[in-house]
Amino acid sequence: MTPNVVLVTGVSRFLGGHLAARLAANSAIERVIGVDTVPPPRDLLRRMGRAEFVRADIRNPLVTKVIAGAKVDTVVHTSITANPAGPAGRVVMKEMNVIGTMQLLAACQRSPRVGKLVVKSTSAVYGASSRDPAMFTEDMAPKDLPPGGYAKDAVEIEGYIRGFSRRRPDVGVTTLRFANFIGPRIDTVLTRYFALPVVPTVLGYDARVQLLHSDDALAVVERAVLHELPGTYNVGGDGVLLLSQAIRRAGRIGVAVPSMAVPFLSQLVRSTRLVDFSPDQVRFLNFGRVVDTTKLKRDFGFTPRWTTATAFDDYVSGRALRPVLDPDRLAAAERGILDLAARLPIR
Amino acid sequence: MRTAGGHDAGDRTTGNRAAEERAAGETGPSTGADWERRLAGVLAFARRRLTGEYQVDEFGFDSDLTDNMLIPALRPLYEKWFRVETVGLSNVPSASGALLVANHSGTVPLDAVMTGFAVHEHHPARRHLRMLGADLVFQLPMISSLARKTGQTLACGPDAERLLREGELVGVWPEGFKGIGKPFKDRYKLQRFGRGGFVSAALRTATPIIPVSIVGAEEIYPKIGEIRFLARLFGLPYFPVTPFFPLLGPLGMVPLPSKWYIEFGEPIPTDEFDAGAADDPMLVFNLTDQVRETIQQTLYRLLTQRRNVFMG
Repeated sequence: MTPNVVLVTGVSRFLGGHLAARLAANSAIERVIGVDTVPPPRDLLRRMGRAEFVRADIRNPLVTKVIAGAKVDTVVHTSITANPAGPAGRVVMKEMNVIGTMQLLAACQRSPRVGKLVVKSTSAVYGASSRDPAMFTEDMAPKDLPPGGYAKDAVEIEGYIRGFSRRRPDVGVTTLRFANFIGPRIDTVLTRYFALPVVPTVLGYDARVQLLHSDDALAVVERAVLHELPGTYNVGGDGVLLLSQAIRRAGRIGVAVPSMAVPFLSQLVRSTRLVDFSPDQVRFLNFGRVVDTTKLKRDFGFTPRWTTATAFDDYVSGRALRPVLDPDRLAAAERGILDLAARLPIR
Repeated sequence: MRTAGGHDAGDRTTGNRAAEERAAGETGPSTGADWERRLAGVLAFARRRLTGEYQVDEFGFDSDLTDNMLIPALRPLYEKWFRVETVGLSNVPSASGALLVANHSGTVPLDAVMTGFAVHEHHPARRHLRMLGADLVFQLPMISSLARKTGQTLACGPDAERLLREGELVGVWPEGFKGIGKPFKDRYKLQRFGRGGFVSAALRTATPIIPVSIVGAEEIYPKIGEIRFLARLFGLPYFPVTPFFPLLGPLGMVPLPSKWYIEFGEPIPTDEFDAGAADDPMLVFNLTDQVRETIQQTLYRLLTQRRNVFMG
């Protein structure tokens, strides 16, 4: 069943905005309404075409009116974010994430027309610790509950969503646990991290990093909106990169920092506003996290087009990160030494 | 060891003999070309490392690093220091999955490292042994990332089953710290075999269990005591005292050059049980005991055949 009226939260961000644009281009959908607290950037707004933008805070009862008044039948909740907007930072982010979701779910529960809910969650709900299994499947619980930050928000949000689907069993709920996004156009903590001139890592740890290309993320959410695919799915690219390997592929220089100095350093980096490092992100950089996407491929019917490595390479070339160690020059040096060796009279 | 009990002599490889064969193969007429080929290999490896152009699997296993740098570094220890002899490597399958279960000893897990080297360098299929490590291994900085890069993963049901289902060779040391950290007077006495989790994993994936008996590793660091407060301080299960450590400082960390034997036993099949067998505790206990007894008996047999700890 194709939805008639779709409400998308978080449209001034990458995923929500581009999703609204794609849905607006689909003539089978009658109406697309985008909600966010700030208007989307101008080029994104232009892309969104016939999608309507409503400036509203999902913590505000106005959303209830929009859902009831516009006869919304599908709600896509993409405004859950790991990237605090502005210096006010984390308190506001938590408010938006947790309280916003509660309000939105309350509004959905009230409206009998709502038949489908798609939620952008995160694989951060599995936490990151040394006692983790190599790959998480959807039925696994975190070994250590995330102590705070985005990961804790996501765990709480998923709890509210489970409560909602108990109370409204007629609504098909799709929860998508995304691996970290990467791509040339998206701006996240991770894309900023790899763009740092010198990339700090934690001494003695090398995380396994799984990434998802932002185009694949969009395609997955779109598929969840257009088809009936309730359930919880891990979404991530195939394969992993080690953190050190990713830094080398980006041509960056990694600097290992003793773990005792990490809190101080992350404070320092935060105050420069380049990258906002929270403790749960530091844990992620220690241990990494990989999710099993068998269920996504088998039941959801989607195989990501980009692997972790190709997605990362696309980000590197798209951002035009200038490598400190140029692969072409290294290859030339290698040929030079071999030529020299061939001419040596040792044989 | 004069008689390789039950196994034909053709199945035995000694570290020394393998080294001689390789050396004979390398001293051909074209030493110059060979030298260049090796240089090219080293340069290509260095370039791959600098640009990140290598594959790592979901467990964090970096086969490029392991094969080209870490395994070659172990060769002197395996061939010259411990002079490891293997028996029954043909019991290890060439393509399918199997669970290798071995006794643990030696204060420092060199027995696991040497078994991994033996399987990779002396089995015709040159397979990697993917070992299951204790929680502590993955908490320690440096050690944890080295363990992951060399193909090890956390000892837990999901990881063991995932590796076995992918047809990998999985190695497990079920005695854990009780085995490796036991006092020297208890040498070659097998400790309790955990909770039998490894048997459940083998049953669920219907992969055979291969009992592995390692002789020689008990003598490398004879643990005659321990310092409790230092262990607590560093968060370790024990802080060993050997006749030379910590007395001689770093010099005391050199392992004694005992002569090693590693015997890979007959596979114990697990595919003849019903589907629910892994959830039958009694069956799991019995199989665990069977594996443990097999290893213990093989150890006793190997020990009676050994005449000298250092000469074999």
